[in-house]
Amino acid sequence: MRRVHLYVLAGVLAAVGFGFFFYKLFVFGFPLTPEERTDVWRVEVQIHFDAEDGPAKAAMFVPRRTGGLIVVDQSFVSPGYGITTEQQMGRGMRVVYAIREAHGPQALYYRAVIQTSRILDEESREPTPAVSTPLLEGARRAAADALVAAVHQQSSDATTLAMLIVKRLKQARLGDEASFLLGPQPTNRRLVVVAVQLIQFAGIPARMVNGIALAPERRGANFVHWIEYFSSGRWRTLDIGETAPEAQKPFLAWWRGDAPFVELTGGRESHYTISTSRSYELATRTALSRQRQLEKKLVEYSIFGLPLQAQSLFRVILVIPVGILLLVVLRNVVGAKTFGTFMPVLIALSFRQTGLLWGCIFISIVVGLGLAVRFYLERLKLLVVPRLASVVIVVILLIAMLTVVSYRVGLERGLSIGLFPIVILTMTIERMTVVWEERGPKEALQQGLGSIFVAVLCYLVMSLRIVEHLFFVFPELLLVVLAGTILLGRYSGYRLTELYRFRLLAR
Amino acid sequence: MMNWLRIVTLLKRNGVVGINRRNAEYTLVHNPRDCYPLVDDKTITKVLAQKAGVAVPELYGVIEIHQQVRKLPGLLREHRDFVVKPARGSQGDGIVVVTGRSRNQYRTADGSLLDDEELCFHVSNILAGTYSLGGQTDKALIEYRVNFDPVFEAITYRGVPDVRIIVFLGVPVMAMVRLPTRLSGGKANLHQGAVGTGVDMATGETLSAVWRDELVAEHPDTGNRVSGVRIPKWDTLLELGARSYELTGLGYQGIDIVLDRDKGPLILELNARPGLAIQIANQSGLGGRLEAVERERAGLRTIADRIAFARERFAHRA
Repeated sequence: MRRVHLYVLAGVLAAVGFGFFFYKLFVFGFPLTPEERTDVWRVEVQIHFDAEDGPAKAAMFVPRRTGGLIVVDQSFVSPGYGITTEQQMGRGMRVVYAIREAHGPQALYYRAVIQTSRILDEESREPTPAVSTPLLEGARRAAADALVAAVHQQSSDATTLAMLIVKRLKQARLGDEASFLLGPQPTNRRLVVVAVQLIQFAGIPARMVNGIALAPERRGANFVHWIEYFSSGRWRTLDIGETAPEAQKPFLAWWRGDAPFVELTGGRESHYTISTSRSYELATRTALSRQRQLEKKLVEYSIFGLPLQAQSLFRVILVIPVGILLLVVLRNVVGAKTFGTFMPVLIALSFRQTGLLWGCIFISIVVGLGLAVRFYLERLKLLVVPRLASVVIVVILLIAMLTVVSYRVGLERGLSIGLFPIVILTMTIERMTVVWEERGPKEALQQGLGSIFVAVLCYLVMSLRIVEHLFFVFPELLLVVLAGTILLGRYSGYRLTELYRFRLLAR
Repeated sequence: MMNWLRIVTLLKRNGVVGINRRNAEYTLVHNPRDCYPLVDDKTITKVLAQKAGVAVPELYGVIEIHQQVRKLPGLLREHRDFVVKPARGSQGDGIVVVTGRSRNQYRTADGSLLDDEELCFHVSNILAGTYSLGGQTDKALIEYRVNFDPVFEAITYRGVPDVRIIVFLGVPVMAMVRLPTRLSGGKANLHQGAVGTGVDMATGETLSAVWRDELVAEHPDTGNRVSGVRIPKWDTLLELGARSYELTGLGYQGIDIVLDRDKGPLILELNARPGLAIQIANQSGLGGRLEAVERERAGLRTIADRIAFARERFAHRA
């Protein structure tokens, strides 16, 4: 009876879990493997300047949705500054950092999360722009007239005209009109500025676009420039070809026109750095916009509806049950001995931060030194609670010392050992001393090594990317894990270690 | 892998019970949760046993709070020898056996000397839960030190030998004698290096012996033969075992009995989760015996019935 109940319960749990899993997999099309991901870029701008001891204002362009890229999230970090945004017609959005009193060096930060969008927004929502004929005087006007007239003859529409102008400018030879217009040693930016002037001169709306190439890991990215001209109802992009080898990279248009990136008042010596990095995001997030209404609701009420920070927390939390299931198997089916029931899983979690090798080394050092201190305290005959408290303090001191030493030696890894579960380590040290004294060092070391071994196994399973991905995208699989755990709860067969223990009886 | 499967098959055929099976089919099923405190706390067990007229080592005193620790030396003045143990200890942890005095110091069973301060420190550690299951706060018992029956004198190295009987539904199903060795530090625990011998349930005579996972014929320290020793008053022991079911209500329990030279068999403690090493000592699995009791439990109402059943069915057959 009890058995039937158990099997039915486990069966129902597993069925529900797998049901949701397969529904999401086949109907929603959620990705089964972590490889099916879209690119997400993180862009960070730092502006530094020296304030002139008074009000300061820095106006900076920020990117907006363009073409295949959308700004998913952005944040402004600037202690004490008021932040406003202003729309600059035809140029883009500017964010204005302002403060009444600023002294000494200032740092302003802007961060944006950029994602490729599946839905291309090609249609312009702006009305057909008016052509603003650039003011050209004297010889420059004559040169422009001649060049545009020649190009006009050789082209059929706006596109070919614009392309020809760029071509002429790029192939400028000393003494011709193009070279005269560009001036000596033209930069790419100069080339784009002149090309835009000429295209406008020819009666086609055009503008310069300033943007950056999104590279995987890059500090100190530079702005690149390209041309947009208006033709048959929308803006079209014309690359001047300087970046041909890296044309595969997406370009993020930042602002338009020849206004400077940052305008600063009340400060001097401003400089900025831009860094870009790439992270992976589930394809689902982008795929979600295609879902039907009901499915959309379902997704909103799932982990995907949470803010990114909470999502990353759940990435960790949702793999814990996998480690725990493994622990149950190791304890009840294999018969591994560990200190504390869930201590190995907690250690495994901290291994995620420290890495396996360093994690093992650090934990051995902390527990080893902790044991030495504990044995010393034993001689002082302290009462239990103060003794435990002393060990906690010693463990914290050890961790602080290890962190400082390993950082000085140049091990960045050392910084993350602060995440070790301090109280759990203390209880482990305490338990280990009792076992050491009552049953001998052999037993104590056996259990200690057993715990670390189990922790390592749990870590290896929990850090598999496929495991993390599966449980994050399909949290309902936890029901299957629960079903498995419940079934193991009635496992009454031999433990692996018992085969050795009872080997004398196997005759 | 094939070898493992072969071992599993053989163990199953011999009816060897593993920890998972003991828990899933015996302790979890036959031991009601509310009965555990009766055996987990040795002070309660003692009161219970005394009420039922079952012999236990005399209790000299209980230390329950830290304040009482200071009165300990006064309490002990009138006793030359005694045992200090945690009420909720497991596997013999935290037990100190004092065999006598040497000037102002206590001489313990393993030969070391303790002064008042050290003994009080040990007791306050017990109170704080150092040795208790799950680390809860605990009580310390001071009780009569057993002068064990000379029957095991030749095959014991210090410490107190005891008899462990597994009792299932009131039927004593298996027994072993646990003999301390130098390795076990005077403790009667196989895991810590004590010798365990099987017992013929019909006669109370010791059978084969196991020491550190090996079959042995002699005690490793004294060199005397451990098998063939007849446990005195075996009838009383069987009766104590059979009666312990009514005492605690636990269907599956282990009962530890010591043989005192003057007071006869005394119940030392009861255990709701008795270990399985007894199977190794007896060279025989528990499974078959437990199943037999379960099959015929309807006909095993009185204590006499149950004892007779045990003697007849679980006798040693060479």
